[in-house]
Amino acid sequence: MTSYAYLIPVFPLLGFIINIFFGKFLKRGAAWVSILSSLASCALGLPAAYEVAKTGQIFSAHAEWLTLGRSTLSFGYLLDPLAATLLFVVTIIGTLIQIYSAGYMQDDPRFSRFFAYVSLFMSAMLTLVIADNYALFFMSWEVMGLCSYLLIGFWFEKNSAANAGLKAFLTTRVGDVGFFLGILTLFTATGNLNFTELESSVHAAGATPALALAALLIFCGTIGKSAQFPLHVWLPDAMEGPTPVSALIHAATMVAAGVYLVARSFALFSAFPSVMQVVVLIGTLTAFMAAFIALSATDIKKVLAYSTISQLGYMVTALGLGSLSAGTFHLMTHAYFKALLFLGAGSVIHGTHSQDIREMGGLLKKMPHTAWTFIIASLAIAGVPPLSGFWSKDEILLAAFDSGNKIVFFLLLVIAFMTAFYMFRLVFLTFFGTLRNHKIHPHESPATMTGPLWILALGAILVGLPGSPFFGHWFSNFIHGPVTQGTHEIHGSGAVHHALNWFVVGCSVAAGLGGILLAAVFYLGKLNPSVWVMRTFKPLYDLSIHKLWFDEIYSVLLVRPFLKLGQWLFIFDQKAVDGLVNAAGTGTVKSSNLQGWIDKHIVDGLVNLVGVVTQLTSATVRRVQTGLVQHYLLITFVSVILLMYFHVKP
Amino acid sequence: MKSHLLSWIIFSPLLVALALLFVPRSQTFLLKWIAAAGTLFVGILSLIALGAFDPAQTGFQLVERVSWIPAFQVHYFVGTDGISFPMIALTALISFLGCIGSFGIKEREKEYYFLYLLLETGMLGSFLALDLFLFYIFWEVVLVPMYFLIGIWGGPRKEYAAIKFFLYTLAGSLFMLLGILALYFNATPHTFDLTLLVQNSFAVPLQKILFLAFFLGFAIKVPAFPFHTWLPDAHVEAPTPISVILAGILLKMGTYGFFRFSYPLFPEAALWFRPAMALIAVIGIIYGGFVAMAQTDFKKMVAYSSVSHMGFVLLGLAAFTANGFNGALLQMFTHGIITSALFLLVGVLYDRAHTRDMGAFGGLSAQMPVYSGILILFSLASLGLPGLAGFISEFLVLLGTYQAQKLWAGLACIGIILAAAYLLMMVRKVLLGPAHEKWAKLPDIHAREIFTLAPLGVLVILFGLLPSLILNYITPTAQALLLSLGGKL
Repeated sequence: MTSYAYLIPVFPLLGFIINIFFGKFLKRGAAWVSILSSLASCALGLPAAYEVAKTGQIFSAHAEWLTLGRSTLSFGYLLDPLAATLLFVVTIIGTLIQIYSAGYMQDDPRFSRFFAYVSLFMSAMLTLVIADNYALFFMSWEVMGLCSYLLIGFWFEKNSAANAGLKAFLTTRVGDVGFFLGILTLFTATGNLNFTELESSVHAAGATPALALAALLIFCGTIGKSAQFPLHVWLPDAMEGPTPVSALIHAATMVAAGVYLVARSFALFSAFPSVMQVVVLIGTLTAFMAAFIALSATDIKKVLAYSTISQLGYMVTALGLGSLSAGTFHLMTHAYFKALLFLGAGSVIHGTHSQDIREMGGLLKKMPHTAWTFIIASLAIAGVPPLSGFWSKDEILLAAFDSGNKIVFFLLLVIAFMTAFYMFRLVFLTFFGTLRNHKIHPHESPATMTGPLWILALGAILVGLPGSPFFGHWFSNFIHGPVTQGTHEIHGSGAVHHALNWFVVGCSVAAGLGGILLAAVFYLGKLNPSVWVMRTFKPLYDLSIHKLWFDEIYSVLLVRPFLKLGQWLFIFDQKAVDGLVNAAGTGTVKSSNLQGWIDKHIVDGLVNLVGVVTQLTSATVRRVQTGLVQHYLLITFVSVILLMYFHVKP
Repeated sequence: MKSHLLSWIIFSPLLVALALLFVPRSQTFLLKWIAAAGTLFVGILSLIALGAFDPAQTGFQLVERVSWIPAFQVHYFVGTDGISFPMIALTALISFLGCIGSFGIKEREKEYYFLYLLLETGMLGSFLALDLFLFYIFWEVVLVPMYFLIGIWGGPRKEYAAIKFFLYTLAGSLFMLLGILALYFNATPHTFDLTLLVQNSFAVPLQKILFLAFFLGFAIKVPAFPFHTWLPDAHVEAPTPISVILAGILLKMGTYGFFRFSYPLFPEAALWFRPAMALIAVIGIIYGGFVAMAQTDFKKMVAYSSVSHMGFVLLGLAAFTANGFNGALLQMFTHGIITSALFLLVGVLYDRAHTRDMGAFGGLSAQMPVYSGILILFSLASLGLPGLAGFISEFLVLLGTYQAQKLWAGLACIGIILAAAYLLMMVRKVLLGPAHEKWAKLPDIHAREIFTLAPLGVLVILFGLLPSLILNYITPTAQALLLSLGGKL
């Protein structure tokens, strides 16, 4: 199976081609094309991932693609534990979300185009997962960005959707340019872009500043794609896209690609403790900031979007702390429960035609499947044992605890607490109490939508187990196995794992349950302290509800000045650059006119003068020539007299 | 025919143009199709040449050399290599598609197609001539039909644009003519033959002066900042197919000139002027991008984007690395096909709506889905989306530049962000958002228009996925050039 791995992304690509060209004729069939192509990828990808897990081997193959000076660039696939993990996530979640979409997008006039884009995305994402080098990785990374752009702006008639797509593409592009420069730096420094040879090239080159720069620049890509501070602003807006897209691209898979990038480059990053510190800093800051904003958000999808940013920050922090396994593990569990949360939110939106949680309430009875699966996912993200989120979050907290960085550990605990709080604020406001807006007539979604919800719920419960002590921390050993053979040990994240740290577990559970409890106090009971909190901590509340004014600041500091600069340069172009050209032109015309005048009046004047003088002279002289012999004789006579007079004169 | 293949390529448009003179002007159908057949014939000939061309060989191929004016050692000397061959293919393709795109021209067709074909001969000759005298003649031959094509079939300010184009480029090429004469007299023996001239090593001060003289001729054509202002005017006023020719082929004559003449003839000067070239390139990339972002006129936006994208070619030239040269040569080709497509797409919209003001549109994606799809495809290609051809060339240029000078590459990357900004803002304004009542009746792109765009789309995707298909033709020559200039691979 593994030798056909390169076909994994080909099936969705075929699905894309069929749907984009013939989707109009296929109508509902377009969904089948995409789902079947995705299932084909599952059929190839899952056994391949299993093969890797079973044998612990790495499978790869490549072919030459491009000659670059003396070196060549090869494209190929690489199936290692990391890629296998992502395959497990992407193929299953991707397929489930496409099944769900067939129901969700049912009445959309551009049904087939939606599935075409999703298939293209699947193809790009799967290429990225199994890519064996940075160049191919970057290419699929950008194509994913394109799909994200197209799907965010899928309902492009809405100005907000069209703007959100533009914003997403441009914001991530800033990060991508950094990533691109990082690749150039890496290639110039090591002459190699292959993941399998990354470790040895880094060892051979030593910890040079160029490589540190490469790592930092590559991390820019993560900041853009995984919506980390300060480029996180696009992700909340990206919620303009259809909800299945939010689940697939903007929660479970694409945004996690940034985390995957750091994991892929782990040998490079971990060689530079200073770079790792930057990673931790950005990750923690993002996780905290986004959780803080999520506390006050009222749009069901915005809460989840900020939650996603926060959780991605969590993963980034884990990697920065040197724990490859904790970061990847959380990536996997998060993909399941966050996809479930988004699909649940989609089901709620589908059933209520509203996104404002202040209008909802009491949906538990009207939409039991949606509600219960949503609650399971919320428990998972809150870190309640034994659901998946608990195990991965615990692992990250443990990594922070072991790193000895007390501040980071404490912050992560606070974030865990906040996460539990805002998630259950969402749950209680949406599913408990009574319906607040009576214009809403909620109804449960069809089985094509609830079916995937339950399957994902199963995942949200179970996927944490491979990383739990019950399985002897199998996941951690698996990830560390072939990848970090012979690597330096960093902060106790080695392949050999330790027993449960009961202090950390206790803190983690306390934070999770504490958050849920507080949310219950706020939103379940009769007394509602939220209004009081809002008033008392008004500055903080304002900060949260206005999302720390990031959009406004960027608009004033970046967007408008850039547009203005363009306009100024255009005026400069017309007035100065082109002005000079036109001035040269008119100058030439003017000087020719002057020359013409000179020519006419001076040069030609001289010529004419000669003529005039000649004419005048001849006119005078002509009078002498009368043709009368007497006159000539007289002149001769007078002349002779005069000559004689002058000659005779002494 | 095989032995004189290049001559056939150069002169068959001229022969067809002469044949057109015998067709009555009322027979517009015949005029169009004879012209199209003529350009197609050139395309077929260049395919034959593709078969005869050996990409691995680095010297000139398919050479023809006959004494022409013995008194001044002028030869009719043509030949091709990895630098000019892609340009020939590009010229043949774009000329054919442009000719099909010209079927919308409804006045004075006879003169139009005559001049169009004459223009093609001039361009092909410029790319193939290896004798500087001959080169200069072809170079100037291009100007005349272009002048009339803009000046007669152009928009409201056509006279201004045509005269500006003509005088500006003529002024530049006069310096080049002086340079050519100086070369002739300084070479021993006196010759215009490029292959012989290259063997002379001229004194460095002379090289610098001559480099500058040639630079003016070429930089205006590219156009490099700050010599670019004729371009937006010419583009806005020119009819669609002429804009296509202008952006797709004519601009490449400038950068081609650097590769073919300036660099091999004045290697020391080229190296000495490298920082200046890089500076001009980087300014062009960023400046062009910013100004493109400020445009409201769709066509002008594309015109300024050309300034930015041609800056990458100059940057690759300045890099003096194998990747930089490779990328620059590839960028000439990819920019040729991508920008041609964008101009054709502007034309499609203009023909229907009679305005190019981007702000006047909106929501066309629902109205014209096929058009939108194609426009988005080429916008993405132009902004350098991986998987499409524009990315490969920019990647190579930036890699080559990075290896030479990190700062230049870093600055040029700003241009990549700007390209995404102005192109996607265009897509946002024209295609997305709420639909306008006013355009509710606009028909989608029709078959003839798709026919002109489809080959370009196929190439953009094909070369984006398999760049070695075309790079195999470019790389050996580019590397040989670099080695001959004293560079290292």
